[in-house]
Amino acid sequence: MVRATVPTIGILALQGGYSEHVASFRRIGVAGRQVRSPKDLDGLHGLVLPGGESTAIGLLAESSGLIGPLRSWREAGRPVWGTCAGMIMLADQVLGQKEGGQSLIGGLDITVSRNHFGGQLHSFEAAIYSPLVNAASARGVFIRAPAIIEVGERAEPVATLADGTCVGVRQGFLLATAFHPELTADDRWHRIFLDMVLRSTSSGRQS
Amino acid sequence: MNEENTAIDSRPGHDDEQNATPKDEGRSPTRQTGTFAVKAGLAQMLKGGVIMDVVTPEQAAIAEEAGAAAVMALERVPADIRKDGGVARMSDPAMIKGIIAAVTIPVMAKVRIGHFVEAQILEALEIDYIDESEVLTPADEEHHIDKHRFNVPFVCGCRDLGEALRRVSEGAAMLRTKGEAGTGNVVEAVRHARAVSRDIRRLTSMSDDERFAFAKDIRAPIELLRQTAEAGRLPVVNFAAGGIATPADAALMMQLGVDGVFVGSGIFKSDNPSKRAKAIVQAVTHYNDPKALAEISEDLGPAMVGIGMETLADTERMASRGW
Repeated sequence: MVRATVPTIGILALQGGYSEHVASFRRIGVAGRQVRSPKDLDGLHGLVLPGGESTAIGLLAESSGLIGPLRSWREAGRPVWGTCAGMIMLADQVLGQKEGGQSLIGGLDITVSRNHFGGQLHSFEAAIYSPLVNAASARGVFIRAPAIIEVGERAEPVATLADGTCVGVRQGFLLATAFHPELTADDRWHRIFLDMVLRSTSSGRQS
Repeated sequence: MNEENTAIDSRPGHDDEQNATPKDEGRSPTRQTGTFAVKAGLAQMLKGGVIMDVVTPEQAAIAEEAGAAAVMALERVPADIRKDGGVARMSDPAMIKGIIAAVTIPVMAKVRIGHFVEAQILEALEIDYIDESEVLTPADEEHHIDKHRFNVPFVCGCRDLGEALRRVSEGAAMLRTKGEAGTGNVVEAVRHARAVSRDIRRLTSMSDDERFAFAKDIRAPIELLRQTAEAGRLPVVNFAAGGIATPADAALMMQLGVDGVFVGSGIFKSDNPSKRAKAIVQAVTHYNDPKALAEISEDLGPAMVGIGMETLADTERMASRGW
């Protein structure tokens, strides 16, 4: 068993806002590694599925031979954080998929609605209410964002909008946010995920 | 780069009430739409992706199925605009609506340089991004659109750092090289991408007083020039566009430092659009892996024929439009 004091976190780098996550983790002293092929998963302690276009990311995960390894990674109980498109990838149920459906990883007991708020004109910034961070200062950036329209028994809501719409959940070592902390200077969500990764390594789940 | 992004536009965003649709009823007034962070944010989510020109809903579906990050809806691809001549304008709204309905990925559309009413129409259609494009015939030979006035974000073409920062100062939330559209020839896109990165390299080695002279020289706003120097890169996402026809072209542009790729005529003017589209998408992801690129490039059939720059008269060059 490898016990790293500073873990290595992988960022799925097929398409989308992956470099922003790498930069956010660097700011809190964590090395991020871009993941483009199955071998890039070796030795990682946590994995981030970034924002982007979930249809494109799903197709590229298929063509890069990553969809199976990503599912196994998640099934092994290792920590994964999905933002926006990454949250869609982690959901067990997705509404508003492209014609013919799309490749998903699944695992989170939630139903997600894609482009829930509408097109880009309805993208917005708003206050986030979360028991995990100080609500008074938490602001989320939502880009053609999904929302969680149903939270199953196994998942726990951890972020909502003022009107009660669920935009973040946690389930075991899985975390999902409909908004983009990596587009802001606020690194608290990256620290929350880092804590999950550290707890997972100390509980011996990490090989 | 994102903190810098939000700092560019000091204006507050617009409250939802301002452009409320029935769907928006009951929304909290604390939600702000149309902020610069939101506009530039969509471009950031398109990075590492391919944006494909499509002229029908069927082509849009092929593009989405191939893994396009977005599509550009237009009546004629640049190669046909070039062939047909005449005045090229914004596309028919009915045609744009058909494409919006056909896909779940973002849809962009082009307006003529300076034609702010075409932009108002596209905003009313709820397009996701507007390309103020030299591929269409310019409507104003002096002024670009004041893009700060819109809630919908804009992408604009550039040939060097000065042009790039002039567009950002007008409110562009995304940039692309101009290249030479509709030629299937990547040479101009390479020239423009290299010019931008060469200018940035020069800038980062300059002292503060040298920057003032440089700003004057390249006609760039000094504040944006400072931001660029500190970040060591453009303040917004920059894609390659204009003449990209093969997976190798796309990977070349990525290795030259762009954030993603527009492909116009290159896909649907080739023999096997679906296969070529998939290959270019994969090439943009695996741009640094020659073995993967070799595999991706196999058996794609003929690319579009293409045009040599020496055969193009100055008046036929689209990149020289815009100022």
